[in-house]
Amino acid sequence: MDQVVFRKPKLLNDTPMHYCPGCTHGIVHRLIAEALEELGEYDNVIGIAPVGCAVFAYNYFRCDMYEAAHGRAPSVATGVKRACEDSTVFVYQGDGDLASIGMAEIVHAATRGENFTVIFINNGIYGMTGGQMAPTTLPGQKTTTSQQGRDPKEHGNPIKVCELLSTLTGPAYIARTTVTDVKSVRATREAIKRGFTMQKQKRGFSLIEILSTCPTNFHLSPLDSMKYIDEVAVKAYPLGVYKDIGLIGEEKKQ
Amino acid sequence: MKKLWKGNEAVAEAAVAAGCRCFFGYPITPQNEIPEYMSWRLKEVGGHFVQAESEVSAINMVYGAGGAGVRAMTSSSGPGISLKQEGISYIAGAEIPCVIADMMRAGPGLGGIQPSQSDYLQAVKGGGHGDYKVFVYAPASVQEAADLTFKAFDIADKYRNPVMVLGDGMLGQMMEPAEIPAAIDPATLPVKKWAACGHNGGKQRVLSSILMNPDDLEEHNRKLTRKYEQMAKEETAYEHYRTEDADIVLVAYGIVARICKAAVDMLRQAGIKAGLFRPITLFPFPYGQLVKLADGGVNKFISVELSCGQLIEDVKLGLYDSKNRPEVGIYARVGGNVMKPEDVADYVRKGKVSSSWIK
Repeated sequence: MDQVVFRKPKLLNDTPMHYCPGCTHGIVHRLIAEALEELGEYDNVIGIAPVGCAVFAYNYFRCDMYEAAHGRAPSVATGVKRACEDSTVFVYQGDGDLASIGMAEIVHAATRGENFTVIFINNGIYGMTGGQMAPTTLPGQKTTTSQQGRDPKEHGNPIKVCELLSTLTGPAYIARTTVTDVKSVRATREAIKRGFTMQKQKRGFSLIEILSTCPTNFHLSPLDSMKYIDEVAVKAYPLGVYKDIGLIGEEKKQ
Repeated sequence: MKKLWKGNEAVAEAAVAAGCRCFFGYPITPQNEIPEYMSWRLKEVGGHFVQAESEVSAINMVYGAGGAGVRAMTSSSGPGISLKQEGISYIAGAEIPCVIADMMRAGPGLGGIQPSQSDYLQAVKGGGHGDYKVFVYAPASVQEAADLTFKAFDIADKYRNPVMVLGDGMLGQMMEPAEIPAAIDPATLPVKKWAACGHNGGKQRVLSSILMNPDDLEEHNRKLTRKYEQMAKEETAYEHYRTEDADIVLVAYGIVARICKAAVDMLRQAGIKAGLFRPITLFPFPYGQLVKLADGGVNKFISVELSCGQLIEDVKLGLYDSKNRPEVGIYARVGGNVMKPEDVADYVRKGKVSSSWIK
């Protein structure tokens, strides 16, 4: 007997994605949809898309979606969550959106303990506008606005979002992952699932930062981009769980 | 039953009566009583109040709650309204209904906290980036502030467009007897099928203002313009005061119109045939009424305003369509100063008409 062992998650549309070859947005979209489906959440999911490469995320997800202004997605989600308290809300943001123009919005959503889940794509560069320096661009990294490489003396230092937000009382769960191999993809799906479970249990704010690739603007092949994440990016942005207040019914976490 | 209400609190209670259940605010004088009132009042009716980290954030919370179909509101004053303009543009683009109260203070920059009408052009000509319009009501009393705030939610829903209640520091801070409109139950309002609030039965709803194809965006602009033209046809509101036989007509809105009424009475007593024309909607502006007055023989219009020549632009624009070419002048006080009825009457009596407020 034939058996379906792999299919498109219910929350994704059957349509080609516009992302560049080797970009990890597509993997993360799929993981969000899989995590929600595993939790039985697809009828009452609301997503907030950012400004950046994922601006058209509503073409890929089947749920109700909002396109937010640059950096304002956490504020839009705050309004949505007040209006639809029983819905499962996810916010999808890149590093320019979240850590630069939207820093106030993400910090205050986190400290209020807003009960939604943020998926934070950190690839250290502005993808959609053509490879400019991001708040998370690493020292020495060449971009179109730091052409000799980011010099902390001239351009300032990168921001570490998980470290920063985990100092706040409001967040329930904060973790940093990658999607560079099967193991890390699975770990990311579990982290996203944990974030959504926190939300379902009304535990408060959850954020999963995913170190991501941008082969086009890294000027690297897709494979070398993955290698760059595993060998360089993770040194500046260590993987792990930065905050976890534990789920209801779980043994208390240390 | 009439009660003594402070303007800002009347606006807040009228919003609750209209079914507003989400309010997002940020402190700025002279509108603070609105968020303060909402912070406790909305809890009583099962609504939500959030004090946002900025006006930028507050208007985007309105985008979310309004987009989910709930009657949502924010309020601010000059500098804060400037910060909200980005969000207002997105809200207008995504066609989300909401109500914004602007209790104007004097500018530019941080300016002062005294009454002013210095946000007129920002309010009526769009305010933010891109081609859009905000529907603007200009109440002249605490009673009217309550009535128009109540009505603002219906207009916002009817057109899926932001509606602004444009008051000033005086209207917000003063107390007058007023009756708040009878409260409605928001559950009785028509269902907003377009609202992105989950449980969509498999039919995705997207609220967005991005249209990358020029033809699609042009069509969207065409649709918005049709909406603004329909507003002009169906919702334009104004008041005439002793204009039937007037030679000179003062044009003023909001609290200044109250001052001008007293000035008109003074001038009439002195034998001068003066009248007052008061736009109640500033967008859509009642241009046609100005044309009628000019065609009917009014030969002098004086824009009386608390701004450096903003309202006069719409007065002149309206009169362009008249067969006649009446004189148009301005009498203004700014910076937080407010004219007395005697000042306006004196200006008219002197007979000199200038199109610059400093001459």
